[in-house]
This record gives sequence, structure tokens and C-alpha cells, in this order.
Amino acid sequence: MTLTPQVPALVVLVPLLAGVVIGLVRHAGLAWLLASLASVTTFALTLALAARVQAEGVVIYAMGGWAAPTGIELRVDALNALVLALVAGMAAVIVPTSRASVAREVPADRHDQFYALVLLCVAGMLGVTATGDAFNLYVLIEISSLTAYALVALGRSRDRRALTASFQYLIMGSIGASFLLVGLGYLFLATGTLNMADMAVRLADLHGSTTVRTGVAFVIVGLSLKMALFPVHQWMADAYTYAPTSVTALMASTATKVGVYITIRFVYTIFGHELSFVIMPTDAFLLAFACLAIVVGSLQAIRQHDVRRLLAYSSVAQIGYLVLGLALGSALGLSGTLVHLLNHALVKGALFLAVGAVVYRQGGATMHELTGIARRMPLTAAAIAVGGLGLIGVPLTGGFVSKWYLVAGALEAGLWPVAVVVLVGSLLAVAYVLRLLQVVYFGEPGTVAPEPAGEAPASFWAPALLLLLGSVALGVSGQLTGGLIAAAAGALAGGAP
Amino acid sequence: MISGLNPGFLLMAGALLIPLLPRLLRQGWLVALPLLSAAQLLTLDRGDRGEVTLAGVTLHTLFVDDLSFTFALVFHLALLLGSIFALKVEDATQHVSAVLYGGAAIAACLARDLVTLFICWEVVAVASAFLIWAQRTPRAYQTGMRYLAWQILSGLLLLAGILALVVERGGPAKLTGPLVFEALPLDGAAGWLILLAFGIKAAFPALHTWLSDAYPEATPTGAVFLSGFTSKLAVYALARAFAGQEVLVYVGAAMAIFPIFFAVIENDLRRVLAYSLINQVGFMVVGVGIGGLGVSGAAAHAFAHVIYKGLLFMSTGAVLFRTGTADANQLGGLYRTMPFTAVCCMIGAASISAFPLFSGFAAKSLIMVAVAEDHRPGVWFLLLFAAAGVFHHAGIKVPFFAFFGHDSGKRPPEAPWNMCLAMGLAAALCIGIGCYPPVLYAILPGPITADYAVYTAAHVITQLQLLLFSALAFCVLMLSGRYPPELTSTNLDVDWLWRRPGRVVWRELTGPIAANFGRLQALLLEGLPAAVSRAVMRPLRVDGLAARFWAMRTSVLVTVVLLLAYLLVGAVHAAR
Repeated sequence: MTLTPQVPALVVLVPLLAGVVIGLVRHAGLAWLLASLASVTTFALTLALAARVQAEGVVIYAMGGWAAPTGIELRVDALNALVLALVAGMAAVIVPTSRASVAREVPADRHDQFYALVLLCVAGMLGVTATGDAFNLYVLIEISSLTAYALVALGRSRDRRALTASFQYLIMGSIGASFLLVGLGYLFLATGTLNMADMAVRLADLHGSTTVRTGVAFVIVGLSLKMALFPVHQWMADAYTYAPTSVTALMASTATKVGVYITIRFVYTIFGHELSFVIMPTDAFLLAFACLAIVVGSLQAIRQHDVRRLLAYSSVAQIGYLVLGLALGSALGLSGTLVHLLNHALVKGALFLAVGAVVYRQGGATMHELTGIARRMPLTAAAIAVGGLGLIGVPLTGGFVSKWYLVAGALEAGLWPVAVVVLVGSLLAVAYVLRLLQVVYFGEPGTVAPEPAGEAPASFWAPALLLLLGSVALGVSGQLTGGLIAAAAGALAGGAP
Repeated sequence: MISGLNPGFLLMAGALLIPLLPRLLRQGWLVALPLLSAAQLLTLDRGDRGEVTLAGVTLHTLFVDDLSFTFALVFHLALLLGSIFALKVEDATQHVSAVLYGGAAIAACLARDLVTLFICWEVVAVASAFLIWAQRTPRAYQTGMRYLAWQILSGLLLLAGILALVVERGGPAKLTGPLVFEALPLDGAAGWLILLAFGIKAAFPALHTWLSDAYPEATPTGAVFLSGFTSKLAVYALARAFAGQEVLVYVGAAMAIFPIFFAVIENDLRRVLAYSLINQVGFMVVGVGIGGLGVSGAAAHAFAHVIYKGLLFMSTGAVLFRTGTADANQLGGLYRTMPFTAVCCMIGAASISAFPLFSGFAAKSLIMVAVAEDHRPGVWFLLLFAAAGVFHHAGIKVPFFAFFGHDSGKRPPEAPWNMCLAMGLAAALCIGIGCYPPVLYAILPGPITADYAVYTAAHVITQLQLLLFSALAFCVLMLSGRYPPELTSTNLDVDWLWRRPGRVVWRELTGPIAANFGRLQALLLEGLPAAVSRAVMRPLRVDGLAARFWAMRTSVLVTVVLLLAYLLVGAVHAAR
């Protein structure tokens, strides 16, 4: 039996089974080794899958041979092939290099649990991305979320507040998931199917009955919570601040991105243009909160003392950009969202890895502990600098390209104020990034800070610089994604007039 | 050498090598890099193009004509002299930012399209800020932030202008070919936005405060670079896009006049120089506004100005380096132990005052002739007054208070050899251009040619009369004790208007939002029926989590409110 046709299933099954196995081994080193192998294998599988999608178009895989709509199908097109490769790629970079950081931040007897949870979380996210079934999607969201709550709580040995952060995340995440479930329930009542493609066809015939509209509202609000869209973003700041740093790096670069992917999937593929934008005011709703997220998130980031919190609020703003692009409802806007999705994942992942290096050396990541680290930790500082410039969207980074698309998309739609918000957001990003760089390179004026003992191990800065290289490559060459972005944006916005 | 390569990119790439090199190699590289890049510039043909594809967008990165060549060449000179002057600085950050800064300014000059210009514009802004922060004092930090805010604002305005231009030309879909950086009309939002962006960098009146605020706070060597690039890049951009725009004549005249008064009462000699820099740029802006011969004059003036202003900042920088201060009231009598620096400073002073046989004369005369030929007696007299004022504060005040005047008792050693070398080279250039102007005229854009006769009897006599009477005024005021005394003081400029109300607005804006976000949310939600709150919260009440809990409670409430709002709006939307 050849494995090639099974690749879509293996993408989810490899990390899932590896997670279960690791949970049984009870040995920190072995757990790490297995997790690394599994995550790298998964990444290779997603790349193979992406190549296949590029060559053949949409890849459909019927689980257990049961054809949809009866059975559950995995359905991979250009859009989720890209997100799958992103999630698996971030895991493949972060998991193998996380050993030193995990050793410092997680109690030794919990390492096997840690790696098991990480892989289950990754498997959940990959499943959410690959599936073509709405209820399956809910189940997998719960898998990735429940493991994420536990992972955040593992930060408790460094800071007890990780527990309350985890609890808050649990409550908010569960409310989001429940909203999603209720919404899906309404849609199931109205259409009688849970297969996404099938649902899309039947929804188009219903022309937005009250049931359908209620379902849409629940789904959109639930997803807003999952994405941490302003104003339901508060859980994210605490979770990112107190989780073990490698967990934060992984979640910041994947979890919210998967949330954005699901939103795109629902708004464009399942609801379709008419239901999303004509019958329901989803575009106006998302656009308004996206703009608020950009401005308020950036303003909050400026005042933060803890760099992880600063970066978390910056993520709130960046999610604003992502949602803004998808709410524009045009190919330009979607291209912006997708480029930004990749770029922000790379940049935020790299920044949190660099912050992890600071935590490793200095025991914390407040402005005080970052003061003048550039002298002793030049590579970590360089990663923070390049990553920060990527957040601003300086030319030659992917951030410039995505903001260019977003502004062009806003102008194309005649939304001048939205273009202004994007530019103002960049200005505010300059403020918080340069404050950070000023502290890293020159020290906070008037403070004397502990000198780090030396550069952090290469397992911190090397993956960070690798990710940033990816971000810069994205900014310099539009060909990096092999046309997947253009294909995805074109296909999704195809329904738009 | 390499066809189609913008030499600025060569510099920017080379800058990244600096921190990796050991000390001696680094010093060699700092000198070799501008020379290499200049060689690249000199081998480019007029009209050379360089096209680079960046993320699917084709950038036209290179265009060489007389105007861009003149500015790129003098920027190379400034970078070379500045690098020699700063050779012994150990701080690699300063070297990297200086070379990035100069490289970006050169790349911007040679950019063919507006997108490339914008990219370089932003690099100029960010790289230069590090030259201020490198002073590593709280004051320099604050100043650097204010400086950067202005520079970034300029970049944003430029970007907004470019986007407006795209819209005016029919939107992104209809755009074929590059957005060429060329003469822009002032008939829509695009033109005005871009003019404003350039105006901030050129230090237009009331937009100038970043300059007089920041340059005196930079490191002794950083100020040399700062004085060379930013404002002259803006002059270049104005000359490229807005040559012959009437409004610039008046703006320029105002710029030439108002800084004089500030310069006369200012105590910090580097701030005196910063004000006189604005005044000099005013001359150039007038030239650009007149167009034709005026643009030639502006280019010539910019060329000469970069060198002599650099020389003046170098000599005050050397004084600051040796004595730790550039305040007039703490200096004086330094000619005894720093004779070479004193002589160089006086050569720079003579040049900025446009003494015959010094470079300023060869350059400034062109602008004055252009104004006269354009029949603008009012502007001509204003500029004449401004020229007298320049001599007064930059020509006499700076060398007099630093090197002569009352003896401060300070006996610092002569500046280090590399500083002396840089100053000597700059001084030689000042005299060389002044004595043999055709070398400058040969490369200028516009209707001017190498055989243009600048040393006519009328020019020389007018200028000498002006200078002598200005010197007389200084002497009379000084001897009669009426000259404004050198005191440690803070002179209010219009930036008070930006800073005070600006700070209040900023605090009011970010303070409550950032610090009290949770409370703000609660405040907004207290108006809601308490019953809803209780109903949602009862199942969630857990002891000991009160602080965390508050945020969560409001978050849950917000979620519910969102859902209701969305449903309501959806229903209304559907009903319509």
C-alpha cells in the first residue's frame, strides 16, 4: 500500500499519535526527541501536500472511505495548504529548539506532558485547518484549545499568575467555542448538513432566514473570541505573558492565525459573499473592530513594561490588520491578509523566541531586564531589531508588502479612513518598537540593569533569525509561496462581484 | 563598475559589515566604502537605469541626471569626511547608522520612482535617529524620540501623498509603469501632501523645530552627518518635484530670515549652527522656487553648504570632544591650544558668510542673481538681510566665542589627527571651490556652464560691503556692551506649541486607555442593567481571583453585547 494518497490524513494523524505516544514514555529527553521528529515529519508532509495542491488543485480525502456528506472529509485547497504548512513549519522550528527554554521554565517531571500537549495542540490546529466538516472543526478546535489552556498553566513554576491566565483563557475560549457550537447548531438546523461544501450550497438557497442569521452571528462572535479580535482580546495578553516562552512563540504564530483562517473559511466559502456581506453586515462589523484593534492595541502596547505583554498587545493590533484585509472582501485585501498571516507568524514567532533568550539569561523580560543587552547578546538583539522592523512594516520585510496590499485594497474600495488607520497603526508601531530597540541598544535612561552573562545558546537565536530570514524573503520576493497566496485570494474573492 | 546598481545600496549593504570587523579593519572599511561607492557613482552614465523586482512590484531604483548626480556626489563627500572625522569612535552602532543614513540619502537622490524614494526616506529617518540616541543620555533619548516622530510623520505624509497620487491616476488597477519621481503639480491632495512631507525634512518654518531641537543633542560626530544629509535631501526632492513653484519663494525667504534672531541669542554653538543651517536651506528653497538658474544655484549652494556646514559642525564637534561643552559662555580663548581647529572653523565661517574666494560666494551669488533676474526686489532685499545675518552669527559669533572672546582658561589639546585631517580636507574644498568655481559649475544642473563668470566687480563689491557693515555692527554692539550676553538659557521656539499641548493630548489619549483599560471597560458597562451582569457572572464566581476576575467579567459581558449588537444590526440590515 502506498502512503501517498494518505498524506492529508497523515498530516493530522502523525502529531496526534505522536502526542499520545509521548504521553506514555515518561522520559524528558525521549519525549523531546519524539516530538521533534514528529513535528519535522509533519512539516515535510504538509509541504508535500502543498506541492500536490499546487499541481492538482483541491485535494479531497474521505476519512475511512466514507464519502461526504455522510462521512467526514478533509478538503485541502490553496488556502489551507498554506496555513497547514505554516502551522507545521512553526512547530518544526520551535519544538526541536525548545529544549533549553523548556528546561528553564517547566518543571523537569512535566517535560513529557509538555511535549505531548504541544503535539496534541498542533494536531488540533492542523485538523481544524484541514477538515471539510463543520462539526469535526468544532471538536478539533476544542482539542487544540484544551491543550493550549494546559500549556499556559505549565508556566506556573515561573510565575503563579500563569494559573489565573490559563483560567481566564479557559473561560473565554470555552465561551467562544460554545458560541461556535450554538451557531453551527443553528446552521445545521437550517441546512441539515455538517459538510462545509454542502452547507455552502444549501445556505445559498435559504437567502438568510432568521435561523441562518442567528447562526452567522454566533459563529462570527465566537470566532472573534478565538482570534482575540478587539474588544474580546483581553485573555490573550495574560496568556502570552505567563505561558512558557516557547508555548507563547508557538501560539502567537499559529493559534490566532488558524482562527483567522477559519473566519476566512466561514465568511467566504461557507456563508458566501451574499450572506456575509449583503444580507449580514459582516464586513462593516469586522472592519470597525479591526480598525479599533489596530489603534487601541498599538496604544496599549506602547505603555507596557513587560515585553511579552507588549508583543501580545502588538498581536492584538496585528490581528486587526488580518481581519481588516478579510473584511475588505476583495482579492487585494485577502492577499494582504494572507501575506500578513505568514509574515506576522514568522515575525512574532521570532520575537518571542528572542524574548525567550532574554528570559533564559535574565530570568524575565521586562524593560528593566532588556536594558542594554545588545552589548552581551548581539544576536538576540539583532533578532529583536529585525523582528521589530517587521512589525512596523519597514520595506524589505513582509510587513511592508502586506500593508501595501491592505492600503491598496482599502483605497480600491474607496475607504480612505481605513487606509489612514493602517498608516496610523504603523506610526504607533514605530513608537513601541523603537522604544524597545532604544532600551535594548542604549538602555533605559537612568536605570542600571544586570548585565547578561553572555549570548544565549544558539537554539534561541538561530531559529529566530531563520524565521526572520523567511520574513525578509517574503518581503523581497513575491514568489516565495509559489503563487499559493494569489491562487487562494483569487479563488476566495472569485465570488465577489 | 556594476551597471544599474544604485551606489546607495552598495553603502547600505556595506554598513552591515561594519560591526563584524575588528577595529583596524573597520577603520579602513569606513574610508574605503564611500570611495568604492563614489567610484560606482562616477562610472554610471547619465540616464542609467536600475530595475529591481521586490515582492512582485518592479522598483526603478536608479536614475542619473545632473541634478541627482550633484547631490549624490556631495553626499559621498560628506560621508567620506564624516567617516574620517568619526574614525576613532569605538561605538559600532554609530558607524552603522551613519553609513546606513548616508547610503539611504544617496539612494534616495538617485531613485527613479516614488516607492524607492519612500523606502529610502524611511531608512534615512530611522538610521539618523540612532546618531542622537547614541549620546546615551535621558535628554538625548527624549530629543531623539521627538526627532523621530517628525521624521516618521514626514514619511507617512509622503506615503499618503503617493497613495493619493495613485488614486488621482485612476487607482492601482489602472497604473501602468512606475510612479516616476518627477515634477508634480500642486493641484490636488497628492501634490500638497508630498510638499508637506518634503517641507518637514527641509525644516519649513514651524515645521523646523526637530532640527534645532535635535542636532545639538547628537554625538559630536553624529551632528556632522546629520547636518549633511536630511535637509539637503529635502532640497533635492523639492528641486525634483516642485521647481518653479511660487509658494517656495516666500517659504524660503521666511526660512532665511527667522532663524537669524534665534541664532543671535542662542548660547549653545551647535544650536547656533543648526539655526544657521535652516537659514541656509532657506536660500536654497528660494532658488528652487524660482526655477531655472535658481535650481542651479540651489544645487550649487547645497553642494558648497554640505561641505562648509560639515566643517563648522566638525570644528565645534572637536571642541565639544575636547572640552565637553559647546556652550559659548563656557568657551573662549581656545585658539592657543587648538590653532588648527580654529583656522578650519574660520575657513568654514568665511565660506558660510560667502566671502569672495570661499565656496559660499561661488554658490550664493547664483541664487541672488536668479532672484534679481526674476525681478523680485522684495525677496532680494530679504535675502540680503539674511546674508548679513549669517555672517553675523555663523561667521563671527561661532569662531569668536569658541576660539577668541573672553578667555575661559581651558587649554585642551589639539583635536586628534583624524579630526584634523577631515577638517583640513573640508577646508581645502571650501577654498578650492571658492577660488576655482568652474569645477563646481561644470557638474551643475540647469542653464549654468563652467565658464559662468561669478567674480564680477559688482558681485564682489556688493558682498564685501555687506560683510564689512555686518562686521561693523558686531564690533559696535560688542564694544558698547549691547550684544546679547552668552547665558545659559532656554529660548522658546514654536516647538513649545507642539510639545506642551501635544504632550497633554498624548497623555490624555494613551494614559487612560493603556493604564486603565479594564476600568474603562467597566465604566462603559456600568450603565448596563446589573441583572444581566449578575446572571452571566453567578456561575463564574470563584474566590481569590478577584483581580483577574474583573477583566474576565467584563470580557464576557463584552462578548454578549457584541453578539446582541451583531444580531440587532443584522436584523435591521436584513429588514432593509
